[in-house]
Amino acid sequence: MNPFVQFYQFFEQGFIYIFDKWERVSPFFFNHLQISGISLGIALLIAFPLGLLISRVRSLTTPVLGFLGILYTIPSLAFLALLVPVFGLSPTTTIVVLITYAQTMMVRNIALGFNAIDPAILEAARGMGMNRLQVLGRVELPLALPVMLAGIRIATLATISIATIGAWVGADTLGKLFQEDNPRKIAAGIICVVFIALVADQFFRLAERAASAYRQRQPKTATTGAKSKNKEIPLGNV
Amino acid sequence: MQKAIVFENITKDYSGTGRAAVHNVNLEVLEGHLVVLLGPSGCGKTTLMKMVNRLIDPTEGRILVGGTDIRELKVTELRRRIGYVIQQVGLFPHMRVDKNIGVVPHMLGWDKERIRQRSDELLDLVGLPPDDFRERYPAQLSGGQQQRVGLARALAADPAIMLMDEPFAAIDNITRTRLQDELLRVQQTIRKTILFVTHDVEEAIKLADEIVIMRDGQVVQYDTPLRILSQPANEFVRELTGAGDVMRLLSLQSAATIMSPSGEGVSGSNSSHKILPTTNLRDALGLIMSQGLDQLQVVDEEDRPVGLITLTAIRNLAGKTAGVESK
Repeated sequence: MNPFVQFYQFFEQGFIYIFDKWERVSPFFFNHLQISGISLGIALLIAFPLGLLISRVRSLTTPVLGFLGILYTIPSLAFLALLVPVFGLSPTTTIVVLITYAQTMMVRNIALGFNAIDPAILEAARGMGMNRLQVLGRVELPLALPVMLAGIRIATLATISIATIGAWVGADTLGKLFQEDNPRKIAAGIICVVFIALVADQFFRLAERAASAYRQRQPKTATTGAKSKNKEIPLGNV
Repeated sequence: MQKAIVFENITKDYSGTGRAAVHNVNLEVLEGHLVVLLGPSGCGKTTLMKMVNRLIDPTEGRILVGGTDIRELKVTELRRRIGYVIQQVGLFPHMRVDKNIGVVPHMLGWDKERIRQRSDELLDLVGLPPDDFRERYPAQLSGGQQQRVGLARALAADPAIMLMDEPFAAIDNITRTRLQDELLRVQQTIRKTILFVTHDVEEAIKLADEIVIMRDGQVVQYDTPLRILSQPANEFVRELTGAGDVMRLLSLQSAATIMSPSGEGVSGSNSSHKILPTTNLRDALGLIMSQGLDQLQVVDEEDRPVGLITLTAIRNLAGKTAGVESK
């Protein structure tokens, strides 16, 4: 049979399975969302202060990012297996691994976002009488946000993908659909994971664009005739 | 006249450098004066200025602002009362022009309407039509426009004191001249006490009521531009300011200083060669030379003759100072 037809039929069966057996898919679907969401939320709570810290104390940057980089190189399956004796066959194992992986991308980009701010802007802010919290909240955070969001977006995509593997260590994610040798279920699982990833990706891209809108606006009196430059935000990692 | 800023025995010693960045400086800045801190880079002028809003704290000595020791105030309160303009402008790129201007008023708790009015008023003052500019982002402004907004932002809460750290150094010549002229014009109306740091002698002479010449962390001379040029304290000042430059000296003196009362006989003799008493002598000399005259009539605003400037009088004045120069 024509491989294209096979390919088409494979996913067609997947879609049919999702719509026919939604009551079977949905627990995995929402569990997947929940575990990814919890992991990312906790990851951000850790990564933000850590990123802020290494952007303030530059001597910590290399050791912290180096350590996180090493953690990131541990293969996910091995990492999960390593933690089963500690956390057992429960979603916790998966969540801990997802949080750890997300750190690498989040911490680096959060620090990058803060470091990229022109020191003159910060001097002006302090010189005008803003206290530390005001400088952070009104100036640093909004200016670092686009780069931070880029890091969070990539961490989110990785998390959604790796969460699948958690199905083998006690997390009822969409990976459960891959565990039987059933092409319909496997196709349905792939479709759901890709769908979640695409929606999340698009969401964060829109957020990044909104957060950096001030950079792209051109003068009303376009004397330069410059076309709007659609600058891609530097990601600085995988 | 009130003393707006007083430096008492100010020393800043960065540990480990051996030499103090600022060494035992005593200085009094009068209210409403524009005082320029002038000197080569590394002379301590910027350090001295940043101690006023406590971006840098002195190792020894104290600074009084409006009679109060600045350490007795909360540092954020102090800074909100002092306008601050820097070379790199430092506008907040994510805020519109009007929001940038409104930052300090907002912190001081002004209501929205008052902030809006103030921001429009200031945009007018710095020569940017509010309707055209208030909604722009800094990225949509030229360098000169950005620094105008920077100036407006520093003026927003009507501070009595302004600190300006080489505000025009990164701007092209033509725009810089225009901004200097506008600063003088604005200063005519607002009469702030301004500490202005620069390494540009021309700028210092043009703007200053008084100039503080600094070298190696110490004040070498504190005087009016005219006296600094005509009576430099030492060889360093003479070289730094080009004190021997006769034209520069003439540019600092107005026609009124050497005008002789007009004889009725000459009135109306040549209608095109009249100057106001406020015209500087460099321009007067330029007119005399280019027109091949030997005297100019000085008239008041209503075109009534008030005196006469002769080439001889200018030559005598220049000779007098030049005589001091060449010994």
